[in-house]
Amino acid sequence: MKNSILEINNLKVFPNNNSKLKLVKNISLKLKKGKTTCIVGESGSGKSLTALSVMQLLSSQLDMSGSIVFEGVNLVNLTKEEVRRRRGNDIAMIFQEPMTSLNPVLTIGYQIEEAIRVHENLIKTELNKRVEELLSIVGIPKDRINSYPDELSGGQRQRVMIAMAISCSPKLLIADEPTTALDVTVQAQILNLLNDLKLKFEMTMLFITHDFGVVEDIADEVAVMYQGEIVEQGTVLNVLKNPKHPYTKALLDCVPDPYGKKDLNPIDYSALKRAMSLIDK
Amino acid sequence: MKILLKAKNLSKEYVKTTGFFSRTRTSIKALDNLSINIKKGITLAVVGESGSGKSTLAKSLIRLIELDKGSITFKERNMRTISGDELKVTRKNIQMIFQDPYASLNPRMKIIKIMEEPLKIHGIGNSKTQYSKILSMIKRVGLEEDDLLKYPHQFSGGQRQRIGIARALILEPELVICDEPVSALDVSVQAQIIQLLKSLQKEFGLTYLFITHDLRIVRHIANEVIVMKDGKLIEQGKTDIIFNSPKTKYTKELLASIPGNLLKRK
Repeated sequence: MKNSILEINNLKVFPNNNSKLKLVKNISLKLKKGKTTCIVGESGSGKSLTALSVMQLLSSQLDMSGSIVFEGVNLVNLTKEEVRRRRGNDIAMIFQEPMTSLNPVLTIGYQIEEAIRVHENLIKTELNKRVEELLSIVGIPKDRINSYPDELSGGQRQRVMIAMAISCSPKLLIADEPTTALDVTVQAQILNLLNDLKLKFEMTMLFITHDFGVVEDIADEVAVMYQGEIVEQGTVLNVLKNPKHPYTKALLDCVPDPYGKKDLNPIDYSALKRAMSLIDK
Repeated sequence: MKILLKAKNLSKEYVKTTGFFSRTRTSIKALDNLSINIKKGITLAVVGESGSGKSTLAKSLIRLIELDKGSITFKERNMRTISGDELKVTRKNIQMIFQDPYASLNPRMKIIKIMEEPLKIHGIGNSKTQYSKILSMIKRVGLEEDDLLKYPHQFSGGQRQRIGIARALILEPELVICDEPVSALDVSVQAQIIQLLKSLQKEFGLTYLFITHDLRIVRHIANEVIVMKDGKLIEQGKTDIIFNSPKTKYTKELLASIPGNLLKRK
């Protein structure tokens, strides 16, 4: 397909001492260029493992099979050095807890600078200019350039992570629950920022979350994951308005409704199992 | 309706000293002349962003933080002056459930010990009656007898929060302060815990002070809402009224930042 930037084909992830136990079971997913695709699921559904497989950052205790094709190149066949060059440059990633991904003893200015230096050869003054530019794009005042991570709020830290991630204008940005640890108001700001950046830099986004509310705000396409499988995928309107799979329906039912019209229903896993076995038949 | 807890003009200031010889003093008002009433048997939600002072409020009510000013009356007792046995008895009546179940359970204690401790401190029952009490409570929150011999790390986040709830309720408190009890949980687990809290409230006639930054949850659990900002009370009222006709700009802003407004806006 011409308009897809990343194709995940038959991805399986398993512990390397037990290849029968599939943590991700044969999933395939295409990311459309310039669109945001959300992977939604509970903890343990394999959504983060899928993201890490794309970045080739799986733990050494895990193995994968299948192919990850980014702009026509299968990342699985590349050497470590070739993957490293793409990481950050073509594909960047932001994580849930910005404090654990930032180095506490280095200033944020230095850390953003470092992200650029790894991939580009710039002189000091140009580097400085780029860092200031990036800070203003993500909405952090210039005078915070010499601040340490602990001097920033959670939302600001996530903005720094975003500045680092977009520093080399990646084509694909993977965001693994970037707003889960944040307040609702800050979450809304960060989601807006990511949306603006996506449009401005024509980025493609792979966004991972467990919250259908967030999906509604940011996604163009949705893939619902359950127990290592994609059980449903489609456009955000289709999936939210006409969910087909019983799991999608159940997950939508446990999102609290701010309008108070809908009851809060925890997932009834035994009923779900029965409904799913009917589909299989 | 009977008022269970009455807090008047609460103030708490945190002073930070910086600069050479700590000569620069900056102060932050975590609570700024705040008054609230908690009615018996209802759920009162306290909503605000981080830094709004909502956790300071919660901690000051059970005197984990000493206030600068103000009065707290719980069941006709002045919470700020009582001490010794009287404070102990009152604290038994007000229990707390914390945000992070990972951090609030001692990793080196088995669940049975964690549950026994409050009973021993307050001298309730003998070891036999204590065990049957613990067993029925742990089953009530959805865990099994076998789970009593496990350590906290053997449980999932949702299960740990169930243990936190069981520990808080074992002393049969009247008021339970829930400080962001579901913020660290997945949506599906969140729904389970909220339903559990609601059914426990009905069964034991509990009063909840429910602290959260997520207005969606407020809609499902609270009868009344207080909106806080910078230690001040911005708006208060019945949940439906706050949601349907918010008066202040700040409450409107909070409502607008609820995720998942897209489809309804279109």
